[in-house]
This record gives sequence, C-alpha cells and structure tokens, in this order.
Amino acid sequence: MNFMASKQPENSLLGPESDSQRTLYPYVTGTSVVALKYKDGILMAADMGGSYGSTLRYKSVERMKPIGKHSLLGASGEISDFQEILRYLDELILYDNMWDDGNSLGPKEVHNYLTRVMYNRRNKFNPLWNSLVLGGVKNGQKYLGTVSMIGVNFEDNHVATGFGNHLARPILRQEWHENLSFEDGVRLLEKCMRVLLYRDRSAVNKLQIAKITEDGVTISQPYSLKTYWEFSAFENPAQGAIGSW
Amino acid sequence: MDLEMNLNAPHSMGTTIIGVTYNGGVVLGADSRTSTGMYVANRASDKITQLTDNVYVCRSGSAADSQIVSDYVRYFLHQHTIQLGQSATSKVAANLIRLLSYNNKNMLETGLIVGGWDKYEGGKIYAIPLGGTLIEQPFAIGGSGSSYLYGFFDQAWKEGMTKDEAEQLVVKAVSLAIARDGASGGVVRTVIINSEGVTRNFYPGDKLQLWHEELEPQNSLLDLLNSSNPEPMNI
Repeated sequence: MNFMASKQPENSLLGPESDSQRTLYPYVTGTSVVALKYKDGILMAADMGGSYGSTLRYKSVERMKPIGKHSLLGASGEISDFQEILRYLDELILYDNMWDDGNSLGPKEVHNYLTRVMYNRRNKFNPLWNSLVLGGVKNGQKYLGTVSMIGVNFEDNHVATGFGNHLARPILRQEWHENLSFEDGVRLLEKCMRVLLYRDRSAVNKLQIAKITEDGVTISQPYSLKTYWEFSAFENPAQGAIGSW
Repeated sequence: MDLEMNLNAPHSMGTTIIGVTYNGGVVLGADSRTSTGMYVANRASDKITQLTDNVYVCRSGSAADSQIVSDYVRYFLHQHTIQLGQSATSKVAANLIRLLSYNNKNMLETGLIVGGWDKYEGGKIYAIPLGGTLIEQPFAIGGSGSSYLYGFFDQAWKEGMTKDEAEQLVVKAVSLAIARDGASGGVVRTVIINSEGVTRNFYPGDKLQLWHEELEPQNSLLDLLNSSNPEPMNI
C-alpha cells in the first residue's frame, strides 16, 4: 500500500493524468548516438548504457538494430519506446516482405515512416521519447537521417543525438570528408565517443560500432575505450592556488 | 507522515527484490515489508508471486498496481497454456508483463522481475522497470533497497554459480539491503525454480547474519546483567 499516487503541483495546466494516454517523462534512457557516411556506407556508434535518472542502471543495452536488409536504426531516449518502435518496424518489414515483389524498403522510406510516426505522436501530445538515427545503403546510394521526438527530421553526412550534437558534431564538421576509409571512420567515431565518455555523465564505457554497406549490417562486439588521465595539469591542479580546482 | 514526493524523476520504490540465474535455473528473492507512508502495514508479505507452475514474479512499487498486473498476467498465461498445450515460457510471461506495464505507463507504478525455467531456454531473468522496458539479464535487482546493492553485485556476482551459492548470494544481498533501507524489512523469502520444480524458502529476520553496528539480539537486559560474563553497564 505504497501511497505514491501520481501528484501534480498545484499550478499545473495538465488535466487529470489518468484519462489521457501521454508519455510525460522518460524512465530508462539511452544517451548519444553518433553516425557518419564513409566510402562504403554508414558507420554508427552508441554506448550500451540504459540510465535510470542519474543511476547508470543497465550496461548492456543494444541501442542499434538492423532494419530489413538495407537499414540500421540507432536510438537515444526512452528504451521502452525504442522497443515499441522496433515492433512497429518489424510489422512494416513483414508486410513489405509479404508483397514478395522483389522490392524492399530502403533507408529513405524507413526514415520517412519513422518521421510520420514521431510527428503524429507529437501532435497528439503523446510522443515516443526518442531521438532516432537511421542509416543505410541501397543500390549504391548512401543515406543518413535523423528524427527527434517532436518530428524534426533531416539528412546529412554526419548526425548525432543528445550530447553528441554539442560535443561530437563540431569534431565531425572539422574532420569529416567525403570517402573516408573504414579505419578513418572508426577512428573518428571513437574520437567522438571518447569525448562523450569524458564529458557526458550518462555515458558508459562499453560501446558498439555498427557498419552498414551494400552487403548488409555488421554490429561489432561490445568493447571499451582507453581514457587518458595522466597529464601534469591533472596531477596537482590546485598547486598554484590552494582551494581552487 | 511525509507523503509529498517529486514524481518527475524516476524514483525507487519500497522493497528489495532480486532475481539471479545459476547453472540450472533461477533464484528469486525479496524482503517482506509493505509500508503505508511510515507505517508498516504488513511485516510478512509475500512479494514473490506465482504466475504459472514454472514462472514467478517479484513485485515492487505500488502493491495494488503490482498485484493487478500479476493477476491479469496469470489469467492470460492460464489461457495461453490451455491453447498452447504445454507450459508457458518465461519469455512469454515477461512479454505479457511488459505489454501491461508499457501500455499503461502513465498510470502504473510498479517495477517487476520475472524469473522462470522452461525446457527451451532453461533459467531466465527478465527485468521490467518503470516505463515498461523489457531487459533480459543474468541477474536483476529492483525496489528502493536495490540502490544499496549495485556495488555489492558488481563485486560479488559471478557467472555459473551453483544453486546453493546463488541462494546464499540472494539472501545475503536482501539482508544487506534491509540493514540500510527503511522501506525494506522483515523476512527474506526465496523461490528457486529449475527443471525439478519450485522450492520456497523462508529466512526469518532474527536468523540473518549481523552487519555493521548490529548487535546480537537478547531477551532482556537482565540476561546480560546476570550472565556469567558480566557485561558492565557502560557510562
């Protein structure tokens, strides 16, 4: 009999919560996803953390999943909503396969479907609390797009969600170029992920990098990045000014 | 009695619940305290609830919400078993819990740990926290008492434990949580599920190991004063 009834503050404009279906706040969340186009396709990176408020509660959550033959979806935000989106996409791909007409949904189409879903939910004030990154290759054409929980969508040569927008994209703007090799792409993503690890409180040091090319999707095994702490400036930062930091 | 809570950040709920896999099945554990504000409404509740012969669920959070969800899922699983012609799997049970938790996320406040054994996948543990995320794990902890156990499990958990090692770990963990969490207390209940069946165990509060700053319980001060090793009255 834990009397934790859902209580709103006195000055709230929201109606009674019980008679509306609206996601008010996220519970288990994933942090940044970073992705870029390279020579053969798309590279995407995400850590495996599922945070519960400030607690780093789940450390083996796969936040990137293949969709159909041609696409890869990465998500940040509420994990339960991401799991629901995967179910919607499962159904979409199933129906697509059932046509059995030799055609299959490419990344552009999947991105458009997701955009419509996210925007329509936003209009009903019941968003899916995610920022999505959709990448893929079909018939030699590389595609990389993103959709947010309010339906903002666009495509670009490199995209990121959450903190990644602030920390990773500036790095990518400087160092990305057309026709990156696989090795250079991976190193660039790792550079971004390392910065996020240093500066994002909800980052977890266990990540996966996924690659999608004309041949298909590969998601790497989980691994950890080395971090660098041995700088003389770090060893005794308050030496010249006791009490400072 | 303080009933004001800030509900805009995910918060833990009264209780300690644990689910652990071992090399042959699962062990579920929980404390037995149900509180209404500061009052302990039930000091010997059973938070490990049966869903089918081979699948149980640990309940935390709102007692009403967790009971109604497990009642519905028990009902659905019963029908599913009849239609399927054989026992339901722990994965199906977990997904039914997820469906209810996710689709009613605005109204429900319950975190659940589903544990069971089936012939296809052996012992499995599924955590379904607030919001309705479904996550399969080798072990899971939940409830307000679990905050005190993250570090403990990071250190003490190992893959491939025996049944007895797993149960000892669960009992120790719930007992540690009870020592520090005001919303957890009472007895430690465990349920072990494997191919041979289900075993329920009961560890009364006074039989658990003593932790830091806890003293051996006595019948009376008089016993101490009259004992053969006199405990002097300290000033």
